[in-house]
Amino acid sequence: MSEKIPVTVLTGYLGAGKTTLLNRILTEPHGKKFAVIVNEFGEIGIDNDLVVGADEEVFEMNNGCICCTVRGDLIRIIEGLMKRKGKFDAIIVETTGLADPAPVAQTFFVDDDVSSKARLDAVVTVVDARWLKEQLHDAPEAKNQIAFADVIILNKTDLVTPEDLAEVERQVRGINAYATIHKTTKSAVPLDAVLGKNAFDLDRILDIAPEFLEDVHVHHDTNIKSIAINIPGDIDPDKFMPWISEFTQKEGPNILRCKGILSFKNEPKRFVFQGVHMILDGDLQREWKADEVRQSKMVFIGHRLDRAYIEKAVEACRA
Amino acid sequence: MNDASQSLTTRVESLKADAHVILAGFLNDEPLLALADGRIVLGSDTLTPHDENAILVAACDSTRLITGGDDGKVILLTGKDSIAEMGNEKGRWIDALALGPSQSVAWSTGKKVVARDGKGLTKEWTAPSTAQGLAFAPKGYRLGVAHYNGASFWFPNTEGKPEFREWKGSHLDITFSLDGRFVVTSMQENTLHGWRLADGKDMRMSGYPSKTRSLSWSHDGHWLATSGADAAVIWPFKDKDGPMGKAPRECGVRHAKVSSVAFHPRALVVAIGYEDGCILLCRLTDAAELLVRAAHKDDGKITSMAWDKTGARMIFGTENGSAGILTLP
Repeated sequence: MSEKIPVTVLTGYLGAGKTTLLNRILTEPHGKKFAVIVNEFGEIGIDNDLVVGADEEVFEMNNGCICCTVRGDLIRIIEGLMKRKGKFDAIIVETTGLADPAPVAQTFFVDDDVSSKARLDAVVTVVDARWLKEQLHDAPEAKNQIAFADVIILNKTDLVTPEDLAEVERQVRGINAYATIHKTTKSAVPLDAVLGKNAFDLDRILDIAPEFLEDVHVHHDTNIKSIAINIPGDIDPDKFMPWISEFTQKEGPNILRCKGILSFKNEPKRFVFQGVHMILDGDLQREWKADEVRQSKMVFIGHRLDRAYIEKAVEACRA
Repeated sequence: MNDASQSLTTRVESLKADAHVILAGFLNDEPLLALADGRIVLGSDTLTPHDENAILVAACDSTRLITGGDDGKVILLTGKDSIAEMGNEKGRWIDALALGPSQSVAWSTGKKVVARDGKGLTKEWTAPSTAQGLAFAPKGYRLGVAHYNGASFWFPNTEGKPEFREWKGSHLDITFSLDGRFVVTSMQENTLHGWRLADGKDMRMSGYPSKTRSLSWSHDGHWLATSGADAAVIWPFKDKDGPMGKAPRECGVRHAKVSSVAFHPRALVVAIGYEDGCILLCRLTDAAELLVRAAHKDDGKITSMAWDKTGARMIFGTENGSAGILTLP
């Protein structure tokens, strides 16, 4: 079985600097060949051989799961691209400024043909430091895009004062506690900050600073929030798995993303999971290192999540 | 599973493809491969009407091959010296194609559906969402279009609005039964949906663990073989109610999913290609199996199979560029 092709999803509100970032990625000397899937095809020049225009057709899956949507056009395009192995090393999907990232992300979990050939490397969201406050106020899409991100490019930092920048960063952290933030002007960011992130390598959730989480808790300028849970020691999979499955089924529409690294009792390997709405995906990955503290950490990002309930429920899953 | 006495493996001659096989077939009795790297191999000739661009979709009957590429071109080939451009959707990918009666053809890109009759007259229709699959009805100039939340039936030569049959979900491939009484679509949700055209009655054909992307009618039109499960799932269409209330047959059960099916043109024998490169022949009457090709680890799935007109030879191709011809004893 050959390696799965990594896919980077580029989101960001209108005018935040997505296309600038995309062209930067494409023109840097990295020797990589990209297939680029763009919307608003032809509006701004994309400097690449393999550019495919997409229609952003969002389909509801008729499988009894109300929040399960996929991008039909993306399934078709990836299927087409995969017939030409060797023509490219990675795929970049640029979404429109108003797009909800959920259907894009879910496509990589729900469609077997796509998930057998391609893997979601990271969702990268470009944020306009100057206009974020207004956008958060006006557009739910802007919040969703931040909530979904693995990497956030806080762009146009030259257009705001240091105080305003700090405030914008707090707002971003308020929505998404675990994403890596890069502050930039003109989307200038090293390539390795956005590519090859391997979203499944969730080690950085283990590094979320507790003060951020406290900050999140008190900072209520948005109805989306992150809830991080840390349980030292082992968890009992026979308790945890039924709970998380039921929880995501019930609260799916409110959970934008969840991720975690778990230490299961008597299991030498780390169990890593991530999910989008009701869809969960997880498996055992590398072994715990000898010098690593065995603990379970997870993050839930969503609307109206009940921190007290989640904490209690996860606590009850201790081995 | 199969001992040597039940094997046809020595009767398979390898062909060189070296690229994802989009379609394997026979054109005027010559073996034909349409490849994702843009090449069309016909007998000993290699043709490149799409230049270096990819062929994404193709369809073939015994005298015509039609290919659609990521260059937006739709090419009709009836012989090595007979190549014609049917259409050119510049800057778009061709998503679906169909060959119809009286030399008609159809193709689609996004929501745009184009039908071209034998005289070269083209008509356009905009589907409500991307047209994912096209098929002509066996009689008359009528095109079935599979799309999101249903299928539409369009008479390109009439002004009227196409007839729409609704069924929630994303419909992918579409096929008419040989007598034109039924139409079946495959769906994103790992199921098939059917309509009896006379009264629009819905038929659900479910239970697949993956998507069905290959459908093949038996020569008598009584059976529809389908891919997507760990066996070829074969639905009965002989009676007036088609498969309604009936269980399908399962042929060639293995621990690998079926990726391609092709009924023999004269006998109730179905060729079954699997995701691991294995091919079996299975006789419907007694479920007897013959091994055509053992599983090949590096070949990927069987992507296309077709019999010649008399059913003496069968050609196949794989995802990773292997191909071959079986000649029956």
